[in-house]
Amino acid sequence: MKENKSQPSPKETSELKKLTILGDTYYTTFTRKYQEKQNWVKPDKKKVISFIPGTVRQIMVKPGDKVNADDKLLVLDAMKMLNTIHSPLAGIIKSVLVKEGDRLPKGTVMVEFE
Amino acid sequence: MALKKQIQELQKRREEAKMGGGEKAIEKQEAMGKMTARNRILALLDKDSFQEYDMFVQHEARDFDMAKKILHGDGVIIGTGTISGQPVCIFAQDFTVAGGSLGLMHSRKITKIMDHSLKMKVPLIGINDSGGARIQEGVNSLAGYGEIFFRNTLASGVIPQISVILGPCAGGAVYSPALTDFVFVVENISKMFITGPEVIRTVLGEEISMEDLGGARVHSEITGNAHFFAENEPECFEQIKKLLSYIPGNNDRKAIKCCPKPPQSKYRIGEIVPDDPALPYDVRDVVRAVVDDSEFFEIQQLWAANLVIGFGRMNGETCGFVCNQPLVLAGVLDVDSSDKAARFIRYCDAFNIPIITLVDLPGYLPGVDQEHAGVIRHGAKILYAYSEASVPKLTVILRKAYGGGYIAMGSRHLRADFVFAWPTAEVAVMGPEGAANIIFKKEISEAENPDEMRQQKVKEYKEKFANPYVAASKGYIDTVIAPEETRNILLHAIEVSVEKAVSLPRKKHGIPPF
Repeated sequence: MKENKSQPSPKETSELKKLTILGDTYYTTFTRKYQEKQNWVKPDKKKVISFIPGTVRQIMVKPGDKVNADDKLLVLDAMKMLNTIHSPLAGIIKSVLVKEGDRLPKGTVMVEFE
Repeated sequence: MALKKQIQELQKRREEAKMGGGEKAIEKQEAMGKMTARNRILALLDKDSFQEYDMFVQHEARDFDMAKKILHGDGVIIGTGTISGQPVCIFAQDFTVAGGSLGLMHSRKITKIMDHSLKMKVPLIGINDSGGARIQEGVNSLAGYGEIFFRNTLASGVIPQISVILGPCAGGAVYSPALTDFVFVVENISKMFITGPEVIRTVLGEEISMEDLGGARVHSEITGNAHFFAENEPECFEQIKKLLSYIPGNNDRKAIKCCPKPPQSKYRIGEIVPDDPALPYDVRDVVRAVVDDSEFFEIQQLWAANLVIGFGRMNGETCGFVCNQPLVLAGVLDVDSSDKAARFIRYCDAFNIPIITLVDLPGYLPGVDQEHAGVIRHGAKILYAYSEASVPKLTVILRKAYGGGYIAMGSRHLRADFVFAWPTAEVAVMGPEGAANIIFKKEISEAENPDEMRQQKVKEYKEKFANPYVAASKGYIDTVIAPEETRNILLHAIEVSVEKAVSLPRKKHGIPPF
C-alpha cells in the first residue's frame, strides 16, 4: 500500500511542518506567504506612527510640551498632500523622533508621549 | 496598369506598417528576450489564419510636436484568427512603436476588436506590452483605458477573456488584465504594478526591483493576479492553447468534447490517501486517478497552494476541480484560497462547466493576520459562489470535513447535486482531539490520570463520529463509496445531470462579498 509517491514516508514526515487547527495537529508544508507573514503587535497609543510614507515638512511640538487631544503635532507631506498630524491624546510629549525634511517610510514612530 | 501600381503602393504600405517601430526598435525588443508583437500573434494562432485590421490607422495627436511623428498601427496590432480551428479575436501591443503607449487611436483599435469578439461571441486574447498611457495625448489616453475596462466588464462571463503580460503593464493599464478571466505571465518578461519601483523609491524611499515588486513570480505566488506562469514565451503560448481546448468559446456553449480515455493505471486511487488524518498527500494525484488520461490542467498552481483548482475531462467532458490540498497548510481555507476557489467556481458556472469538489480540510486557518485581512468576508465568497452556481455540482469527501469548512466545500446544504464520501471520510464539527477536549473537559480535568482519560475520550469520539455514516444517516451524504468507485459514480452523476435546470429568484444581480 505504501508504494505511492504522494504518501510521505516516516522519514519525510519528520521533515514536514506541524500545523495545529482546533486542537488537532497535522503534518504539512508551508507556503512562502505563510512563512513570511509578520506577527501582530499591539499598537502603542503613546507612539504616533506615520500612517503613510512621506516627508516631514513642519514640526509644531517639542519634548516637554503639554498638548490636548487633536492639537497639531506636525505636517507630513505625502501623496501630494500636506497632511496635518493631530495628537491622538492629551498628554506630555516625551520625544520627537523626526526632524523637518526627514523622509519616512510607513510605520515610523514620529512622536512619543510620556 | 494603374491597378498594378496601386497594388504596389498597397504592398509598400503593408511592408512599412509591418516593420512597426523599425529595425532598431525590433533589435532592441529581441535583445530583451522578447518576441515582436506580430511574431507573438503568429506563434499563437494557427498557421496562415491571422487576418489583420486597422493596419493603416494613424494617431491624430497634434500637441507636443506629435503631428510630425508616424506611429505605425499606433502601437497595437489587432485581428482575428483561429487556434486549433476555433475562432479568436486578438490584439497585441507593439512595444517597438512609441513603447506600445496607449493613445486614443491605439485604444480605439483595441475596443474595435473587443466589440467584435463580444458580437461574434468568440474568445478575446490581449497581449500586453506597453509603457502605459501616451502622456502627449493626455486625457484621451485615460478615456481609452476607461473604454477598454467598460468592455472587459460587459464581456465578462459572455466570452473567455485572456490577458498575456509580455512586457511592462503599469498603472491604469493593469486593470484590463485584472478584469479578464485568465492572466498569463512569463518569467523576467512580465512586469505589472500600479506604481513602479522608481515612484516607490522617490516618493517613499523604499528600494525594490521591478522583479520583486511585480514580476511574474510575485504575481503567480504572492498576489494571485496571474493564473499561469511560464519560463518563456513559447511555453506561455502552449499554455494558452491548452486552456482554450478546455473551455467553450462563449457562454451559450459547452466546451468541445474530447475523445474519452481512462485514467492511467499508475494512479491507484485506493493507495493515495493515508489512513492517519494527520498525514498529508498530494490531492492532485486523486484528481489524476479520476480524470481522462490522468491529465489535470492546473490553474494558479503557485498561489494559495492549499487549495487546488483546474480542469480535467470526464469521458471527454471538461470539468472544473476544486480540491483542498493537505500537502500545503494542511489544506485549510484562508483568505487567498477562498478567493481562488470562489472565482473559479463562478468561472465554471458562467461557462457551463460542471464542478467537482474533493474535500479534505481541517477548517479555517487561525491567526490575527487572517482575521484582520477579512477572512470572514473572503470566506463568504465560497459560500456565495457554490450556492449561486447552477451547473452540476458533485462533491466527494475523501477524509476530513470539519466545521465551517465542511459547509463551504460544496456541501449538500449549498445545493450540491450529489455528495459522495469515502469510508475514510469524517464529517464533524471539529477533529477528535479538539472535540474531546471541549466535550469532556470536566471528565478529563477531574480524572486521576487526565492524559489517559483524554486518550480514552478521543478514542470514543473517533469511533462514534469520525466516519461518514452520521452524515449519511441524515441524507447529507448520498452514498458512501470505495475510492475505486469514484470515477464511475462521478461519470454517472454527470450523465444524469445533463439537463439540470434550476430557477433562481428574479434579480438584477446579487451582491457577492467581493
